[in-house]
Amino acid sequence: MPATITQAPTTASETKGPNLISMLWRDKFAFVSVIILLLILVSALIGPALLGDAATQQNLRGRNFPPFSFERGWLFYLGGDALGRSMLARLIVAAQSTIAIAAGTVAAAMVVGTILGLIAGYMGKVVSQVIMRLADVIMSFPSLLIAVVVLYVLGPSIPNMILVLAITRVPIYLRTARAEVLEVRERMFVQAAIVMGATHSRIIVKHILPVIAPTILTIATLDFAFVMLAESSLSFLGIGVQPPDITWGLMVSQGRPYLSSAWWLAFWPGLMIVIAALSLNLLSNWLRVALDPTQRWRLEARRTKSV
Amino acid sequence: MIKLIGQRAIASIFSLLVLMVLVFFLSRLTGDPAVLFLPIDATEQMKEEFRRLHGLDRPVLEQFWFYLQDLAYLDFGESLRKARPALEVVLEAYAWTLPLALITMALVMVAAIVLGSLAAFKTGGFFDRLVSIISLIGASAPDFWIAIVAIVIFSIGLGWLPTSGVGTPVHWILPVAVLFIRPFGLVVQVVRGSMLAALQAPYVKTARAKGVKNLPLIFVHTLRNGMLPVITVMGDQAAALLNGAVIVETIFGFPGIGKLMIDSILQRDFNVVLAAIMVTALAIFIMNVLIDIAYGLLDPRIRY
Amino acid sequence: MSEALLTVKNLSVDFHTARGTVHAVRNVSWSVSRGETLAILGESGSGKSVSANAIMNLLDSPPAEIVSGEILYDGKDLLKISQEEHRALNGKKIAMIFQDPLGHLNPVYSVGWQIVEMMTAHGRPHDLAHKRALELIARVGIPEPEKAMRKYPHQFSGGQRQRLMIAMALMLKPDILIADEPTTALDVTIQAEVLALLKELQAETDMALVLISHDLGVVAEIADRIVVMNEGEIVESGTVREVYHEAKHPYTRKLIAAAPGKGEIKIPNRSSPILLSVEKLSKSYHSFHALRDASFTVARAQSLAIVGESGSGKSTLARTLLRLETADSGHVYWKGKDLLTMSARELLGVRREIQMVFQDPTQSLNPRMSVYELIAEGWDIHKLMPARQERRARVIELLEQVGLIAEHIDRYPHQFSGGQRQRIAIARALALEPELIICDEAVSALDVSIQAQVIALLDSLRQRLGISFIFIAHDLGVVRDFADTVIVMKAGEIVEMGPTAQIFEAPREPYTKKLLASNLDPDPDVQAKRRAMGIYA
Repeated sequence: MPATITQAPTTASETKGPNLISMLWRDKFAFVSVIILLLILVSALIGPALLGDAATQQNLRGRNFPPFSFERGWLFYLGGDALGRSMLARLIVAAQSTIAIAAGTVAAAMVVGTILGLIAGYMGKVVSQVIMRLADVIMSFPSLLIAVVVLYVLGPSIPNMILVLAITRVPIYLRTARAEVLEVRERMFVQAAIVMGATHSRIIVKHILPVIAPTILTIATLDFAFVMLAESSLSFLGIGVQPPDITWGLMVSQGRPYLSSAWWLAFWPGLMIVIAALSLNLLSNWLRVALDPTQRWRLEARRTKSV
Repeated sequence: MIKLIGQRAIASIFSLLVLMVLVFFLSRLTGDPAVLFLPIDATEQMKEEFRRLHGLDRPVLEQFWFYLQDLAYLDFGESLRKARPALEVVLEAYAWTLPLALITMALVMVAAIVLGSLAAFKTGGFFDRLVSIISLIGASAPDFWIAIVAIVIFSIGLGWLPTSGVGTPVHWILPVAVLFIRPFGLVVQVVRGSMLAALQAPYVKTARAKGVKNLPLIFVHTLRNGMLPVITVMGDQAAALLNGAVIVETIFGFPGIGKLMIDSILQRDFNVVLAAIMVTALAIFIMNVLIDIAYGLLDPRIRY
Repeated sequence: MSEALLTVKNLSVDFHTARGTVHAVRNVSWSVSRGETLAILGESGSGKSVSANAIMNLLDSPPAEIVSGEILYDGKDLLKISQEEHRALNGKKIAMIFQDPLGHLNPVYSVGWQIVEMMTAHGRPHDLAHKRALELIARVGIPEPEKAMRKYPHQFSGGQRQRLMIAMALMLKPDILIADEPTTALDVTIQAEVLALLKELQAETDMALVLISHDLGVVAEIADRIVVMNEGEIVESGTVREVYHEAKHPYTRKLIAAAPGKGEIKIPNRSSPILLSVEKLSKSYHSFHALRDASFTVARAQSLAIVGESGSGKSTLARTLLRLETADSGHVYWKGKDLLTMSARELLGVRREIQMVFQDPTQSLNPRMSVYELIAEGWDIHKLMPARQERRARVIELLEQVGLIAEHIDRYPHQFSGGQRQRIAIARALALEPELIICDEAVSALDVSIQAQVIALLDSLRQRLGISFIFIAHDLGVVRDFADTVIVMKAGEIVEMGPTAQIFEAPREPYTKKLLASNLDPDPDVQAKRRAMGIYA
């Protein structure tokens, strides 16, 4: 019976718990995803500095230079854009702002949303209702309008873009955190802490937060992909990032007029979005299993195939 | 049930009022319609005239008071752009968006339920992996990019389908196909996860011990239980579609609510924006009530 | 013995899991004949359900793998026939009922539909199935069968749900009925009724009954023959009387010795000072009275047991007096001060003096805290013992006090067995040197042999440290062994209260008598005598 396994007292060597890296290796999809994400991250961090002005240097003779040729050097292997700039260099520069926006948004929305969710879940009915209704308002407020308002009132910039997106994403974390808190606070170990005299802050910090953190992290990973898509949509519509700043979404938008003559202008940045979002999705699926003690065996199981 | 609808209505009306106030004042921060609507060489006098005509010269609070008074008679004001009642313009656009959303969601529901359930039944098998990969790619692809690539392939390359417009049924194929992909990717994953959990449930063991065949085991015993979380996610996706598929409608020149919304926002057609938000809120409210009814029908334990 | 209807021969099943391969059962052989009841007795993890699941083709592989053996029924080896052949046998020839009828009935279909499906799934016409379902629902004692058919599982009580499961299992008049812990989730009085029903139906249909249970009392009541399983192997088999009186294997003997309700009855010490005094405590949820006018006292080093069936209000009582729920009215005086009205500061002091041990240690211990953190948490809360070195030493002391060892200090709850986890929970309660410990069903989730050890531990703490106990339980045997005073509750009210000896040997109230009569004795002879006296009538 499976019950015997969980009941069996284990040896001291297992006290540290399973190794995350070896669990990652066991899920090949997640492993490849992490490699890809690291690659994108590293090139976004150091790429723009190494490239210098390669991404901005215009060359009218190289306009819409077709891809898959080393004729103009490896920087032009993915082709050149409408102003003769290297696609590859521009993709790397765009990666930096794309990731900066997504990371900033997710971090801000996660912190604010989780704190509000904890409060809504733990406090009385009135506070909870007010917070939840505010979340409803945000959810039904058209993000396009928020974007336009911020664009006109505060002006176009990457921090403002983060503000717009973070506002729209807060409800996701808020709702998740609240739902989890409502469930966790009824668990026996929370009741046990109350009986011992634990204060509210202690219960939230020591007992509830560690339990809901994995769920929030998993959602954040998934949300990272969503925010990238949302940002690119806004940029595509012309109410997101404004030139000379550049993101993958904006590049797709800029390549759209050349669809029939130079497909690569819109294709590569779109593909980058798909690859990054797909990797994040796969990583999130893996995290969901790896961070859940009751599901973790799925990632450990293969070790015993040889037994 | 009536009580639940009442409670929902009260919560919605509260949210809607806050939303309306926010939209009314925030939208007026975004710039002067007179500048956008009149020709570039318009004189200050012409602009002044335009503002007076549309009541934009008065203090914002007074404008809001007049707006509320009109609203009491369900008068949402005039569209600046089209010189017609804003509500009429919005409902016209809805007549396009609603069928688009319904067709897409119906397709998503059927495809996601069938494929997701079968994937869950044989977890880890080839079919399961295939469905997982397709759904993940679907959930990861930006719709504007898919739309563009689809146009390049099917309209420009192969010449099979029109690039934009709404004249014939053929015009609907690309918009529906593009809109289908992301909700399908998300919903099929939820169906799979939910069915996996439901297949572990003890009552499935009972059914197997009774000698129930595999197909009724999946689609009769398990599916109805597994549907509850799926409905919630489908509701979210449907709500997004009711808000208007801005991107897809823009790219394919589809005259729905999403395109109307972005055009009105960019041109400061405030009355249309407000009317669109309120009609959308009503549509989403009705959908949520329908979802609650569906919950009650699926699960006898839920009684309102 | 007549010819065997179903024979399991040398069955071995492995489970391939994260921590390696587990031999779930090894070389298990048993058989059952028409009209006979075979009991498979074992504690959790003994593999007692594995052979039944193999018979029904319910083992999932992976992780399960049938290594060897055969299961013979009607001249065929059930391990070799096709899925489709197996499906045709399931329900029709061999039917099964389970421990938790609420979970095992589909919540979204009416019970009538589910019962009828047993026949329609095997190709019988619907109207015939409907007629038979009505008959059987009436036969198992559900009132208004027509109406019951249209109702959903959640609209029935636990006992009724198990009756409906039985009706469903008997639709096609199976040759064999496998009952996997059929009464474990039920109250004792209901358990007695369901077992009686099973026996009657068996006599009517002459089917073979395979009963899987951990409960010696249930086995003594209903079985003809018994196989005892431990760690995947059959350690003993024979008739019920043989096994009970002449057990050969040490494990069986240990199991029989651990059965509660055989020890000496304790006598309350009337001279101890009163610690806790509860006066007319009431609590209701909407119009449901969960607790009505409960009054009692607890003295130092006293062990007071509160017994009752589910819904009797015994847990509400504990939760209300600990202020986990707000009382509607009444007083709870702790050393003379009213606990229900005292300030947060005063309450914090009391929270140190009263501790609680919950039913399921898997849930009451935070899975993300180590044993050290769990036990030391109380000191953090009450700002005691700041030196870490001192703390570790004290935690080790406490661990040893509850029968664990120093090496356990940095491990996490999931690395312990159920009994060990409950010891950790007890060590945590002891860390604050409480004067009263409230145990809410603290041993009911544990196996019998572990149960006996934990009870012995609690009793030694009471004697050595002078701690008082409020011991909430539904198992009368355990209560009889541990408590010196007993309160019997029913429907939110205290029915009877008195010294243990009085409650068990000279009960006054009819409900107490019924409760005692329903409590099954592990000795088959005692049970037979009780049956002969018609005590269940």
